[in-house]
Amino acid sequence: MKKREKAGFFFILPWLIGLIVFTAFPMIAAVYISMTDWDIVGNAAFIGINNYKMLFSSEEFIRSLWVTVRYAVIAVPLIIATSLTMAVLVSKNRKGSGVFRVIYYMPAIVSGVAVAIVFKWILDPSYGLLNGVLSFFGIQGPDWLYDPDWVLPSYLIMAVWGAGGSLLTYLAALKDIPEDLYGAAMIDGANVFQRVKYITVPLMTPIIFYNLVLGIIGAFRKFTDAYVLGGAGKEGNFYMVYLYEEAFGHYRMGYATALAWVLFVIILLLTFIVNWTKKYWVYSE
Amino acid sequence: MRKTTTSAIWFRRFKTVMWYVVTIFGAVIMLLPFVWMVSTSFKVENEIFSMPIRWFPKKVTIANYTRALEVVPIFKCMLNTLIIAVPKILGEVFVSALVAFGFARFHFKGRNFLFMIMLATMMLPYEVTMIPTFMVWSGLGFSDSYVPLILPAFCGSASFIFFLRMYFETVPRDYEEAAWIDGAKNLKVFRMIFVPLAKPALITISLWSFMGTWNDLLGQLIYIDSQPKYTIQLALASFSSMTGETLWGPLMAASFMALIPVIALLLYAQKYFMEGVKMGGVKG
Repeated sequence: MKKREKAGFFFILPWLIGLIVFTAFPMIAAVYISMTDWDIVGNAAFIGINNYKMLFSSEEFIRSLWVTVRYAVIAVPLIIATSLTMAVLVSKNRKGSGVFRVIYYMPAIVSGVAVAIVFKWILDPSYGLLNGVLSFFGIQGPDWLYDPDWVLPSYLIMAVWGAGGSLLTYLAALKDIPEDLYGAAMIDGANVFQRVKYITVPLMTPIIFYNLVLGIIGAFRKFTDAYVLGGAGKEGNFYMVYLYEEAFGHYRMGYATALAWVLFVIILLLTFIVNWTKKYWVYSE
Repeated sequence: MRKTTTSAIWFRRFKTVMWYVVTIFGAVIMLLPFVWMVSTSFKVENEIFSMPIRWFPKKVTIANYTRALEVVPIFKCMLNTLIIAVPKILGEVFVSALVAFGFARFHFKGRNFLFMIMLATMMLPYEVTMIPTFMVWSGLGFSDSYVPLILPAFCGSASFIFFLRMYFETVPRDYEEAAWIDGAKNLKVFRMIFVPLAKPALITISLWSFMGTWNDLLGQLIYIDSQPKYTIQLALASFSSMTGETLWGPLMAASFMALIPVIALLLYAQKYFMEGVKMGGVKG
């Protein structure tokens, strides 16, 4: 048995090395770097908590955080509602359900720069698909990414389109709801809305909770779309884009690392808060 | 009585029709950007910029494709992505499976504690370690190199380990006890019993790993500088700056070419994508 214990340790060794080399050490280093003024080339000058002081008085920091928060607050519930609706729709075993499942899931898997570029073209004010369709209905579409007030809605449209990413987790959860629960409720005379309200929604709350946490983290880490699309009046300057620009555009490594820590703390706090609300709305057996 | 049955049948038919209307509408919305992309990529310039919009090109041209290939060597960039992806996937999947096996089947000191730490690292945003890790790699002389994008994969990935451990734990104990009694080595048990049983799960995480690498922009942006080493994401991201203006036709052609492998893979291996989440364990 002793020998087998050692073997187990041997098996996890690669991960343990990774933990030390690629997580623990960089994290400790990140604490130090965030307290320096460092432009890669020269030596790092220790400046204490100055980066953090600078950051909280920086207008750009506040703006990028505000852009990101506003996006998260609207996009996360919107994505959850959309993908839940999709899941309820395609969970039905009708002819073609399987095809619809793949189609709904596809936008989430083909993310990346190509999709962002396609949306930039779709949202083009003069010749884009969206305004083209709107003008067909006699509506003069806005300038989308070129109008500061319409940048956020542009990103929301993209977010809803790609909402299928969590579709599969909802589908799996829907499949796990025992059929006879619905049968029993129907015998008791519950109508379709009551069945959704008292059976489907409560039993789905654990998976909604899971996707809520992941959704918040994802929204705060949004990068690719924003990097490609930008947006008028710096309204597309999401937190991660700002961080990237500071680090690899202006080579302000210390300051950017401080930004990363602030992001980490924000995500951590939000996760704790969401976790605390769990007992009020997440169903557990 | 009879009347209520017929009306019930009609109600059910109505529901089915409604379901198709709503679901097809949703599917059309999902497919529209792709259709628009492909349609634009085959249009001549004055059809691209026409109002009212033209759904399909009147005159089909492949000029946008030849132009796109002149701007960036798209196939070479795809090959560059593959040069990163193949070793990365092999390392990530194989090592994650080994570690998951260790966590699932052995009782060693501190196992649960280490597993908790692993779960915690899944929460840690990559961004915090991003800059220090970058500094270390460039300090070691690995700037403008694929190594920083590949090598960390050989330490496994926390989410894959978590997923595979769940899978391994459902394998009945007697499978391996018999092998151990026969004196089989641990690695042999892993190779002969666990790897074959977990094959569908291993394929699923390989696909996830591939998609992650193909679509990753931030990592590649940080570590790759020179154009000959550009991946497909970098090629697309720098496309407009290379032409100086936004050429929608060639851009759509390039985007379409970049998406073909991903869409083809999704369609070809949809079973593994779609069932990946719900397969919590070994059947039978």
